[in-house]
Amino acid sequence: MDSSPDTHDDTPETGVRDRGERAMIPTPRGPETPGGDSAPDTPMELEPKTRDRRAGTPPRAAATSGAGPGPAVQKIPMQADRTLRADAPSVFDIVAEGKAFPTRIHPEVASEEPVLEVANFDLWYGAKQALYQIGMRVPRGKVTALIGPSGCGKSTLLRCVNRMNDLIDSVRVQGDMHLNGDTIYGPKVDVIELRKRIGMVFQKPNPFPMSIFENVVYSLRIDGERNRAVLEEVCERSLRGAGLWDEVKDRLQESAMAMSGGQQQRLCIARAIAAEPEVLLLDEPCSALDPIATGRIEDLIEELKGTYSILIVTHNMQQASRTSDYTAFMYLGRMIEYGPTGSIFLRPELQETEDYVTGRFG
Amino acid sequence: MSTTESKGGAPTAVAEDPRKPGRASRPAVPRRRTTSLSAHGEPMVWLTGGSLAIGLLMVVGLLWIVLSRGLSTFWPGEVVRFSTNDGTTWVGLVNASETRTLDEDGLAEIASRYGDEAAAAVRANGGVTERRNVRSLNLGDTAKTRTDWIDDFALVAPGESIDGAWARAISTPEWEVEIERFKQGRWFGTFEGFRDGDEVYQDPARAWDAMNAVLAELGSKRSEHNEIVEHEIGRQARRMDDARLDAVGVRLEEGEDSPEYRAAAAHADEVAAEVARRTSELQDEAQAIEDAGRTAQLLVRNAAGTAEEIDAWDVVRAVPSNRQGFFGALGTYFGRWNEYLRADPRKANTEGGVYPAIFGTVAITLLMCFAVVPFGVLAALYLREYAKQGVLVSIVRVAVNNLAGVPSIVFGVFGLAFFCYTIGVEIDDLFYPELENKAKFGTGGILWASFTLALLTLPVVIVATEEALSAVPGSMREGSYACGATKWQTISRIVLPRALPGIMTGMILAIARGAGEVAPLMLVGAMKLAPSLPVDGEFPYLHPERSFMHLGFHIYDLAFQSPDSEAAIPMVYTTTFLLIVIVVTLNLSGIWVRSRLRRRFSEGAV
Repeated sequence: MDSSPDTHDDTPETGVRDRGERAMIPTPRGPETPGGDSAPDTPMELEPKTRDRRAGTPPRAAATSGAGPGPAVQKIPMQADRTLRADAPSVFDIVAEGKAFPTRIHPEVASEEPVLEVANFDLWYGAKQALYQIGMRVPRGKVTALIGPSGCGKSTLLRCVNRMNDLIDSVRVQGDMHLNGDTIYGPKVDVIELRKRIGMVFQKPNPFPMSIFENVVYSLRIDGERNRAVLEEVCERSLRGAGLWDEVKDRLQESAMAMSGGQQQRLCIARAIAAEPEVLLLDEPCSALDPIATGRIEDLIEELKGTYSILIVTHNMQQASRTSDYTAFMYLGRMIEYGPTGSIFLRPELQETEDYVTGRFG
Repeated sequence: MSTTESKGGAPTAVAEDPRKPGRASRPAVPRRRTTSLSAHGEPMVWLTGGSLAIGLLMVVGLLWIVLSRGLSTFWPGEVVRFSTNDGTTWVGLVNASETRTLDEDGLAEIASRYGDEAAAAVRANGGVTERRNVRSLNLGDTAKTRTDWIDDFALVAPGESIDGAWARAISTPEWEVEIERFKQGRWFGTFEGFRDGDEVYQDPARAWDAMNAVLAELGSKRSEHNEIVEHEIGRQARRMDDARLDAVGVRLEEGEDSPEYRAAAAHADEVAAEVARRTSELQDEAQAIEDAGRTAQLLVRNAAGTAEEIDAWDVVRAVPSNRQGFFGALGTYFGRWNEYLRADPRKANTEGGVYPAIFGTVAITLLMCFAVVPFGVLAALYLREYAKQGVLVSIVRVAVNNLAGVPSIVFGVFGLAFFCYTIGVEIDDLFYPELENKAKFGTGGILWASFTLALLTLPVVIVATEEALSAVPGSMREGSYACGATKWQTISRIVLPRALPGIMTGMILAIARGAGEVAPLMLVGAMKLAPSLPVDGEFPYLHPERSFMHLGFHIYDLAFQSPDSEAAIPMVYTTTFLLIVIVVTLNLSGIWVRSRLRRRFSEGAV
């Protein structure tokens, strides 16, 4: 079995440039390009030609996903219309050079009703650009996963949705997002009100130094809700929603800091859904947890699906394939491919996506 | 090298040759054995451990001195009687003793001061002589006690050995007593009898019991008397002052010739006349009580053999030091502590209690906390949470830190100039114009002193709070923002509760620094003897402008300003002990509160 091609490895500058220039062949835009995504600076299309040495490699993704409890998969042979080329430069190289690359968006995405729309979104940390021309529609009531190697901007993108990046002085953004049609980056947006419409769960469990009860009803408290009956009702509903009620119902007044890590993370989820958010952002919610706690969180995501629209960042391919309906693959601040999870993991349109999800890259 | 066939050196050269290539293949640097003492770090263990031990030793030594001397002050010692070889008889208490070994120069000095016989006696004892500090009655002025060093050679006849001279010289007769008097200090001598009106007790034992019964009775009469003298007469005086100040106020407002002023002035005169009448009534009343109390006398004989009479009215406590056993002494001991903690000082602060000073110390420290903690926390919040971190904030931070190193007397000067002479004078001008040139707030007082201490301890609180704030995990703040909380909601609900234990640490450090501070207080209102407490039953009950007493200043006063410094030394230790106890108590209560908060807020962090 020949090893994976090293096209993404460091190559001499000249070689990269040659190949990059050759890749920029203007072609008519495919039907999969969504209307919301405006035309990129340099539209291009990779030749629909199978690259021999890659075609010989059996897709590892199929085998891996098939073993997991994810969506029903079967080993599907490489399709002929896959955009693979033998001599064309890798998308990774194009992106690494800072050249624009249009997101390959599967047609299924367009048919979903979006809860969150991102259009032409750029972000800079000081002088360094971290997000390039992001465009995506997050479907309502579904789980959308953001995957990609470290530093690719997944978390940055997620934190842009509820404008947490406003807290960092050096951040500058361009473009806009819309939550249920309302602008997020408009000049008159009240960030505080916006964040109340969005729930967020962080990488590390971050319960507040107060009782379990007060943790859950925090967002109501800051709105000045004092009616005990309302608070108790919300607390129970949220804790039940987070699958934590039976474990903590007898010690709601105890400190949340005394709970286990997995319980704390579910408490954070309960806190996030207490305000009935329109979209729930999960930023690697399981990375600080052990496998059992991770499993419980994944079950929970499964249960929340439908009720809430969830956008989840994860490093774990299995987790993305098990829990999400749609998956977006990001690389170096650009969104490379976005489509139904089954397609992304089994029949990605780009060879690079497949390399990543099968573990040959990243 | 081809010296195969040569003389002496050849075999060596041959032998060396094959070794060379082999050596080249080995590592060039030979391994060093790391068994030296310094590499093992053994000396560092001794150095660090030794430093700690020395530090501990000094602290323990300090505490031991303060504790042993401070706690023994009130223990009633034996009253000894002895005669020196100049024919004087002494009755008194031994405060301290010391042994000296004299060389020729010392002996020569003894000879020149006390005579050749004294020097000869010391020389006969190998140059070793003991002397004792004896506190006895000053017979020339009975209002005072005296303390003298009595050398052993002063106790012996010429030619007698000074070894064990003290033990031979002293006696502790049963009825040698120590009497504490209100106005005149201690009295040492022989108790011989008691006279209660017409009844005279000649037998000392019966007389003693009768005296104690009378003393107990006099206690309530004396407090009645003091109530009149200290409070009711003072109240009358204030009534008169108030009426006069009202009149002055009317004059300032309406003019000198206005009918309102005339009316007010007439009223003030009326009040003055009434106050004068009432005051003389009260004085008569007090005098009557005192006269009734002065019918009982203690019949005593002093060291010189002169019979004296001491009014029972003047006696605080008579201690039969040589008669009472251990439990009697214990009773005296705790009785004195009780008086010390609860009574006002008397006799230039060397006797009596320190209650006003305890009150002043605690009150000023608590007031300081109430002033410095909110102020410091708010300042630190701005510095850490709101201000844009940059050069300016760094400069401010450095400046605040350096403020902690400014000598405290500088703060005292600032407090006097700013609080008393600027703000205080302004307050007087605005709200008390009738005081004219007299100062109410425009001089040192407990409020200004607290503010001065607050300023002094502000850097401590700011630094500790800043550290506590920065220790709050960013993830908690983010979590709160993500819930839609505003910055202030995040600070007040998440950051501050979490930082509270750290803020309490700052408060504890501030207490530790502020409670023991004396120098600035001397400038802003600490008094040797404050006429009244800053809190009393007098409207408006709190008097933040009043001067106050402070234990730290009290120590200074006892040690350096006392007319009888030898007699004051034990009280210095006792007061030091008390100050340490109070500061430690304040700190411990702060630590207790902090540990409760800690348990509540940072339990079992993952």
